[in-house]
Amino acid sequence: MSEPTVVLGAGAPARVRRSRLIDRGFRGTTLVVGLGLIALLALLLVELTTGAWRTFDRFGLHFFVGTSWNPVAGREAFGALPFIFGSLVTSGVAIVIGVPIAVGLALLLNQVRGAIANPLAVFVDILAAIPSVVYGLWALFVLKPILDSSVEPFLIGTLGKVPAIGAVFHGKAQGPDLFTAGVILAIMILPIVTAVSREVIAVVPRDLREAALALGATRYESVRLAVLPYARSGIVGASMLGLGRALGETIAVSLVVGNTPRIGWSLMDPGATIPSWIASSFREATSVGLHRSALLALAVTLVVMAFILALLSRLLVRRTAELVSGPSANVPVTQGVLPTAG
Amino acid sequence: MSAAAGTVSLGPVRGIRRVKDTGFTVFLWTCAGLALVPLTWIAVYVVSKGVGALSWNFFTKEPAGPLNPQQGGIVQSFVGTGLIVGIATVIAVPLGILAGIYLAEYGKGRTASGIRLVAYVLLSTPSIVAGAFIWALVVVALGNFSALAGGLSLVVLMWPIVAIASEAVLRLVPQELREGALALGLPRWKTIVRVVMPTAGAGLLTAVMLAVARALGETAPILLTALGNDHINTDIRAPTDAVPLRVYDYARTPVEALHSIAWGGALVLLAAVLFLAISARILSNRQQKRIA
Repeated sequence: MSEPTVVLGAGAPARVRRSRLIDRGFRGTTLVVGLGLIALLALLLVELTTGAWRTFDRFGLHFFVGTSWNPVAGREAFGALPFIFGSLVTSGVAIVIGVPIAVGLALLLNQVRGAIANPLAVFVDILAAIPSVVYGLWALFVLKPILDSSVEPFLIGTLGKVPAIGAVFHGKAQGPDLFTAGVILAIMILPIVTAVSREVIAVVPRDLREAALALGATRYESVRLAVLPYARSGIVGASMLGLGRALGETIAVSLVVGNTPRIGWSLMDPGATIPSWIASSFREATSVGLHRSALLALAVTLVVMAFILALLSRLLVRRTAELVSGPSANVPVTQGVLPTAG
Repeated sequence: MSAAAGTVSLGPVRGIRRVKDTGFTVFLWTCAGLALVPLTWIAVYVVSKGVGALSWNFFTKEPAGPLNPQQGGIVQSFVGTGLIVGIATVIAVPLGILAGIYLAEYGKGRTASGIRLVAYVLLSTPSIVAGAFIWALVVVALGNFSALAGGLSLVVLMWPIVAIASEAVLRLVPQELREGALALGLPRWKTIVRVVMPTAGAGLLTAVMLAVARALGETAPILLTALGNDHINTDIRAPTDAVPLRVYDYARTPVEALHSIAWGGALVLLAAVLFLAISARILSNRQQKRIA
């Protein structure tokens, strides 16, 4: 066995050595750049937390439960609760409206074969690429007037009169509000939640559904008995991905939400979210230490929520894959990065 | 196999079962309608509103004064977007592809799964956070907003996208090609550069196009880092405009003429992004067919 090696090596020892060196160098370069991603994440977290340190140091946990925000020198108070509230409420509305529709569409795309399903799926994938400022412009000039003039008066007039939940739909229809922000977020997360749900549903073996159908189950029963039990955790994962997107969305929300820090029951009142507040006040904060630090503390809060959601989502989506093909399963999901094969 | 077996266990399809099934079908199609109507509406509306704003001035002039805003254009935004996205692409594409090569070609074991997980986590970075990060790191440190800072904030978003997408396309290259090249005596790096990457070529281009499409439309990170500018700027150390930024600014003014320009900007953005997304898709479909 060693004979050929000797012959080759004897022919060009220097060249072989150089080639090995280049080989190692190349591998090393790719490794270093790969590790660079870890360094980037570390740098991001360190830079944001050290920047936010003054705020955490001075206000401690009061930063998360405080309700007043005042950057005026000498009277500084920085409480993030109104923004956390606004972010959670608008994203919550988005999930409540958006997820059922997205899952329904994903189920449909998996059921219908042939001429309609493919273009439909491609269409949904491509819509994920629309920039958020385009959604925002549309939300401000088209969606908001419609909601203000018909949907919101209707909700206020009907649900607003129901005793317990009425407070949620109380107030006036005009003007910016949390509800409008939630609706545009629901539309914006539709493509991603649909795409990921579709992928986890596609993982469920067709035999299972066909077996259910062969046993005489209706289409609805086959979905409920054979598809959903497998896909459930993946669909929850898809929704969390959507929730993460909704929490981080800045531009479209800040155009319709009103940017008024406020905590209250009604969805018909304006509010502010973490991203919308950062975007609207970074200018004044650039040269003011404590104010800047408070905005970075908001950014830390947001990014921690987003990362936790992303990790949970990946775990859940992976669980669906494992349920179907065992613990070594590759996660089939491109998570909206690549267009899924039509 | 017999129909009787099914009938015994579940009974004939009528009554409540039929109602539920029909209800379900109706629900699914309603979902499709509810999802597609607003999305189609947005696309159609942007086109119909935006076309009117496209003019020679729109593409060639800087913003005009408050007396005749409709005379102005947003040429500085186009130049700025080109500059900022250009900086980001030049940095993020090589970094992303190299990381993708590591993950696809060498990546085994803990290091690789660690990098993969981190890339995935970075992918979920809210874009405003990428902006705030570079704002604190670069803008505050250097003392001014700049195209460079804007580009760097986009790198944070593009690098993981390119890495993950290029890993995926490199993995599509059949193992036999690598084995063949190695068997012919090609060193590993040459196998990757001369055989694997050209085979994956169109796929890598897809990865880049998707990342650029994402970067083109980003507003929040650019806002926090490049700030905007009413004039053409080509100095990477100075505040710079961008199309999405301009659309956002004009949407918030009460001036009707500027709203129209905002729609024009939105249309151009939408067209560019959809062009990239659709051609990326066509390319990747072709690539998959070619390899398979």
